[in-house]
Amino acid sequence: MKNEGEGSERPDNTAFTQQRLPAWQPILSAGIVIPGFLIIGLAFIGIGIGLFLTSQTIQVLEMDYTGVEKDSPCFRCTIQSSQNCTCDVTFSLSTLFTGPVFFYYGLSNYFQNFRKYGVSKDYYQLTGDTKYFKSPQDVCAPYAYDSKSNPIVPCGAIANSMFNDTFELYQIINGTKKQVPLDGKGISWWTDYNIKYRNPSPVNGSFANAFEGTVKPINWPKAAYELDLTDPYNNGFLNQDFLVWMRRSALPQFRKLYRRITEGDYSAGLPAGNYSLTVHYNYPVLSFDGRKKVVFSNVSWMGGKNDFLGIAYLVVGSLCVVMSVVMLIVYAKFKFSDDDA
Amino acid sequence: MTSKYNIITFLPVNLFEQFQEVANTYFLFLLILQLIPQISSLSWFTTIVPLVLVLSITAVKDATDDYFRHKSDNQVNNRQSQVLIGGILQKEKWMNVRVGDIIKLENNQFVAHNSESFFVFFCRSETNMKVRQSLSVTSELGDPNNLAQFDGEVVCEPPNNKLDRFCGTLYWKDCKYPLSNQNMLLRGCVLRNTESCYGLVIFAGPDTKLMQNSGRTKFKRTSIDRLMNTLVLWIFGFLVCMGVILAIGNAVWEKEVGALFQSFLPWDPPVDNFLFSAFLSFWSYVIILNTVVPISLYVSVEVIRLGHSYFINWDRRMFCSRSNTAAEARTTTLNEELGQVEYIFSDKTGTLTQNIMTFNKCSINGHAYGEVMNILGAQQKRVQPLDFSAWNPLADRDFCFYDQSLLEAVMVGEPAVHEFFRVLSLCHTVMSEEKSEGELVYKAQSPDEGALVTAARNFGFVFRSRTPGTVTTQELGKAVTYTLLAILDFNNIRKRMSVIVRNPKGRIRLYCKGADTVLFERLHSCSHDLMNITSDHLNEYAGDGLRTLAVAYRDLSEEQWEEWSERFRGADKATDCRDDRLAAAYEEIEQDMMLLGATAIEDKLQEGVPETIAILSLANIKIWVLTGDKQETAVNIGYSCKMLTDDMTEIFIVNGHTVQSVREELRKARERMLESTRTRDGGKEAEAQGWVGACAFGNGCGGGAAANWMPDESKCPPPQAPPSSLLESISGEFALIISGHSLFLETACACRAVICCRVTPLQKALVVELVKRHKKAVTLAIGDGANDVSMIKTAHIGVGISGQEGIQAVLASDYSFSQFRFLQRLLLVHGRWSYLRMCRFLCYFFYKNFAFTMVHFWFGFFCGFSAQTVYDQYFITLYNIVYTSLPVLAMGIFDQDVPEQRSLEYPKLYEPGQLNLLFNKREFFICIAQGIYTSVVLFFIPYGVLSHATQSNGVPLADYQTFAIALDTGYWTAINHFFIWGSLGTYFTILFAMHSSILFNIFPKQFHFLGSAHNTLGQPVVWLTIALATVICIAPVLAFRFLKLDLKPQLSDTVRYTQLVLQKKRKPAGRAGRGVGGAGVASGSSLGRLGRGGSRRSGYAFAHQEGFGELITSGKNMRLSSLALATFASRHSSSWIDTLRRKKHANSTGVQNTPPTGEDNAASSQAPTLSTSSSAAGEAGQPCNEPIITQNPDDIALSVIRCPERDAGECSTATLQEAPFVWKGSGVRISGASSPGPPPIAEETSSGE
Repeated sequence: MKNEGEGSERPDNTAFTQQRLPAWQPILSAGIVIPGFLIIGLAFIGIGIGLFLTSQTIQVLEMDYTGVEKDSPCFRCTIQSSQNCTCDVTFSLSTLFTGPVFFYYGLSNYFQNFRKYGVSKDYYQLTGDTKYFKSPQDVCAPYAYDSKSNPIVPCGAIANSMFNDTFELYQIINGTKKQVPLDGKGISWWTDYNIKYRNPSPVNGSFANAFEGTVKPINWPKAAYELDLTDPYNNGFLNQDFLVWMRRSALPQFRKLYRRITEGDYSAGLPAGNYSLTVHYNYPVLSFDGRKKVVFSNVSWMGGKNDFLGIAYLVVGSLCVVMSVVMLIVYAKFKFSDDDA
Repeated sequence: MTSKYNIITFLPVNLFEQFQEVANTYFLFLLILQLIPQISSLSWFTTIVPLVLVLSITAVKDATDDYFRHKSDNQVNNRQSQVLIGGILQKEKWMNVRVGDIIKLENNQFVAHNSESFFVFFCRSETNMKVRQSLSVTSELGDPNNLAQFDGEVVCEPPNNKLDRFCGTLYWKDCKYPLSNQNMLLRGCVLRNTESCYGLVIFAGPDTKLMQNSGRTKFKRTSIDRLMNTLVLWIFGFLVCMGVILAIGNAVWEKEVGALFQSFLPWDPPVDNFLFSAFLSFWSYVIILNTVVPISLYVSVEVIRLGHSYFINWDRRMFCSRSNTAAEARTTTLNEELGQVEYIFSDKTGTLTQNIMTFNKCSINGHAYGEVMNILGAQQKRVQPLDFSAWNPLADRDFCFYDQSLLEAVMVGEPAVHEFFRVLSLCHTVMSEEKSEGELVYKAQSPDEGALVTAARNFGFVFRSRTPGTVTTQELGKAVTYTLLAILDFNNIRKRMSVIVRNPKGRIRLYCKGADTVLFERLHSCSHDLMNITSDHLNEYAGDGLRTLAVAYRDLSEEQWEEWSERFRGADKATDCRDDRLAAAYEEIEQDMMLLGATAIEDKLQEGVPETIAILSLANIKIWVLTGDKQETAVNIGYSCKMLTDDMTEIFIVNGHTVQSVREELRKARERMLESTRTRDGGKEAEAQGWVGACAFGNGCGGGAAANWMPDESKCPPPQAPPSSLLESISGEFALIISGHSLFLETACACRAVICCRVTPLQKALVVELVKRHKKAVTLAIGDGANDVSMIKTAHIGVGISGQEGIQAVLASDYSFSQFRFLQRLLLVHGRWSYLRMCRFLCYFFYKNFAFTMVHFWFGFFCGFSAQTVYDQYFITLYNIVYTSLPVLAMGIFDQDVPEQRSLEYPKLYEPGQLNLLFNKREFFICIAQGIYTSVVLFFIPYGVLSHATQSNGVPLADYQTFAIALDTGYWTAINHFFIWGSLGTYFTILFAMHSSILFNIFPKQFHFLGSAHNTLGQPVVWLTIALATVICIAPVLAFRFLKLDLKPQLSDTVRYTQLVLQKKRKPAGRAGRGVGGAGVASGSSLGRLGRGGSRRSGYAFAHQEGFGELITSGKNMRLSSLALATFASRHSSSWIDTLRRKKHANSTGVQNTPPTGEDNAASSQAPTLSTSSSAAGEAGQPCNEPIITQNPDDIALSVIRCPERDAGECSTATLQEAPFVWKGSGVRISGASSPGPPPIAEETSSGE
């Protein structure tokens, strides 16, 4: 294969060529493995206990408001197809729901992770590239053009199916409703808001003019440039709700952050009492047997409530300890006798 | 010439070749699939990037190879040659030499084209040379002017690859002259001992025999390769199964769920029902899951093998400083098979032995000399060799002898000792050359004789020169000239040679040396006592593996001589049965001899051969020696290189003459074996070692083998197989020697060592083929000469010993190095490591791909079977070729389980490879299961964690991209862990660093995965998940391994463990291997050789050919012995050339003359009409002299051809076997017999009469 070059053919005497590189060769000796397992096991049990206890302190309140059952408050919204159906879901808290409280909406049996669904958006449109406003990419089909062949912005199935229920939360104090302020800022990923999505630059000073010649997604009540007319930084493709929706979920059952409750009287959390959640029921899920719910939750250092992790740690930790004991027994039984022999 | 591409054709041709590989085509197919938008689940670059990478790596490798070929082509093509153009010699590049050109070759020059020679050539290989001679008629064309006038036409056979055959006819001056192989110089050989010669180019370029031979070697595949291919096919099947399952899932899902979900996700326009959707989904999953069929597998395997090859090339311990050659892995595809060798087929001469004989011991008149007193035990090596030069200016400085007492005996003047050395100095056919006063160079046609004459020289009986009728010696300083009355030549039947000389005082004496068995029968009765003592000594010598000769003399009276010489002349002149009559005459005079003593010559083994063989057999490798040698020599060598040892209970020698008798003997041998095994079992002898089992196993191997071999056996038609031809095989307890050209495999395989004697190159290949076919074992053939080429090519692995015997074996080989002892390192260290690494590599490779890809399978159940990927596309693209390839590659290249010294110390470590333990289908399924387990863990642990997790800033974590990172990292740690476990710690950090930098650099650059890493890796939950997944993946494996280590430790584990302990204790290690090695280390001299007391003693040691005696007495080879004889030679030259030619005709029965066709070059490929040449008629009464020097016992088959009438059976066998002798072309020797000008060389070992 290779000529070794001129002069002597003697190969170089280096550690590399002679395969004498210093190496560390771990051996699975009893002295390492058994204590190793024991230590890992104990550590895992410790972590598991910590996680489990932390997880226990987290409060979660989940309410299904799909309205499948006849007696549920939103049942009427499921049968009539009126645009502005609202229903009130009431609940009461017996103790303080410690803040900051996160307010999620959740969907189940909803396949945001379906491949065809997932690719159905135009990255270029969403970076504010107006060239693609006129001609959305093929992947958006059949939500690229409306029936009159007008390009849809933002195109695609994801945008088209944006979740459009809205919620208002009231605390009922002595029969009067006191609105709980919901903070919708910063609920999306920082990178999404600052880097990944861009609005088109305004044309003639008007943001809406940039969307000239395009139509809104079929399911949308209003165009992208009208998503939040009060706050230009929360409008268009940078609308927080839009960004949250566009970040697809990995599993068919998911929840997405809707609002945070951090302001005013509620910065310490939701005090005990009765609450009423007004749902503007727009989003149809019953056709595919889907469910909608709202979730209130607070978090710890380890995130939201997650018993699984703690339990898994506990289980694995105890298995490790058991294994180490088994190995010790086996080792004692076989190895020692071997050594004597 | 040998290169495949040029710059323009490279790309298309190379791509075409590469796409012939199934794997590449498959990926091309995938690429096309991905271009269909409905199916494409991954963007096109996920396939094309790895594909392009793979293709370009291969292309670069091919291009580099081709570049080197171009370079070597250029080097050869641009070599200067002298071509006769217009009567003037002109320098010309070899590439421009055309057929029909007349070229001049000079001493030590390589021949680059086949050419017909017009002068006598001697091809020299190692210590012996091959004679090539010119047609006598052409000798008058001695100078360029005459040659320019040459207008002959050559008609010959079309180009072929038979190195030993050539037939053609020269038409010149209205005469026909047959041309045979004797007149050819083949490309690749070197002209030796000859000033120059002229030749006509007959074949050029690709037509040359060398090129025809070195044509496309059969592509060798390793068993791992084949297994890998099967596994890849299985994986394909598995892939299709997964695709079908998921497609069915998709159909169900679309029907149950998807159809309802259409308000948010309508079906694509071409999809109108769930079945079609399922069909598309199947293809989509084929694309996604393609990573189970690893595209980088083949490339990685190649890279690993290449790495291993470089390690072999770089190994300094396989570097021979004497010949300045390093080991070379000429094939890069076979390395791991080196770790699985079960049978080694070895050539003897030049491979096991150096083919150097040294005079070692002797027994004179009942006194044994040469035995160095073992006073201080191990210090015997310190004994200084005797210094002869002090008192004998003619002594050979290289000669070593240690026993002072012999020298003293000479000094004192013991008559027997003097007579002993006188025999040695007189009774031989050695030629001497005295370049300047006192600088004698002996040219012996057999190294044995050379050794004896040299010994006599150093002890003061210097053979100085000879003429046809005299021998001049210098006995203890004074010159004595003996009249040489007769040489009673050697042949294989007589096993002795004698000379009858008249000393200056007029006394006539017959000196004889020969095989003790033969000689002892012809001794005078008064020598009986001495004979018994000598016989004991001989047994001793033979026990040391020495080659012995007995020496005797007989005084003849003038009358006896006269009477006998009369009869001798009568016999000599007889036209019919001349040989028989001569033999009878010889027999008559060689009677009543007085025994003088015996000599013992050491056939010097190559350095380290016994140790190597011992270690290899400890590693359960069976060694078969296939040699053209005689039985005695071969068995001798078998003992001296420890192939045969005394702990073998029985040695079977099968030496039948007919097929039936061979079969009979074999059957008996087998019966005895079985019986002996039974008794052993019954007696429960504790000493039963590993190979007892091996024997029993061998006994079980099917009888079908024999039946299969029979057709081959019937190929040796003469029912009277030559008595000397035999096959010998020796087992653990049993050894058998079989005659005939066949062997019964099951008998032979039951033996631990087998020696096959008298095998032709073709038979060597057949034996290898037989074992290969019936034993399903990996075979390795090692040899050094052209006669080993067929065997080297047949075996799974061919190893060429480079350096001495020319390059043909090396060219045909897969590995080459210069010493036999490097074999142990090649097999036990490099082979073992290669195998181990390759197996581990494959295990992890399949593991990682399964762990990676199966996640998609699980995810399919959660995403509506939509072929949604879990990972980012770039991650999929790079996973195999960037992220995970390096650690496994590094492990595949650098991993070592035990250090090299341990591999040699514990040869048993080699066994897993032979038994194919480290990677087989079972291991594969374990890997796959482990991979699937890992994928389950990797998917469901994060699933369980993340489906409910919430980031601390409130953003839900259950995002599929996050998922991807978590999976990826969890997996990585697992791989890295394994990587650490078996590999070098240093590489771990580098790779981990590289991985993390990739992680942080690549991900932010990607568009839609922007921020994933940033967002997820900040989460403690993620890290906790990773830790959890890692532990779950690894802990069971660790625990399992630990338990396995304790419950069922492998030897390598034990070795490592012991080593660790030893390192701690700082105690010198080694027991088994050390002991064995230590015993053999001392064998620099014969002192270290293991004896084999009481074993059968060796026979006659002459390895040489008969016919030389006649040559010498005829004086026809004397013409060059000195300048003074030049006139004498030229006077006789015409006659001896004639004889030579006659002889050549006599022997070249295979030569066919071709009728003139009018074309004068080799291009005339018309089939030659077969006609019996006139020379065939002269066959009958021809004496068997042949100007071919075959000192190399391997060429024994040559002698077979040489003497058709002497040994009809042997000859016909040889002829029918078709390849009895392959010309060994490393040297050519010319003697300008009748050429004008000074004779090219001043001495000559032989030539025709």
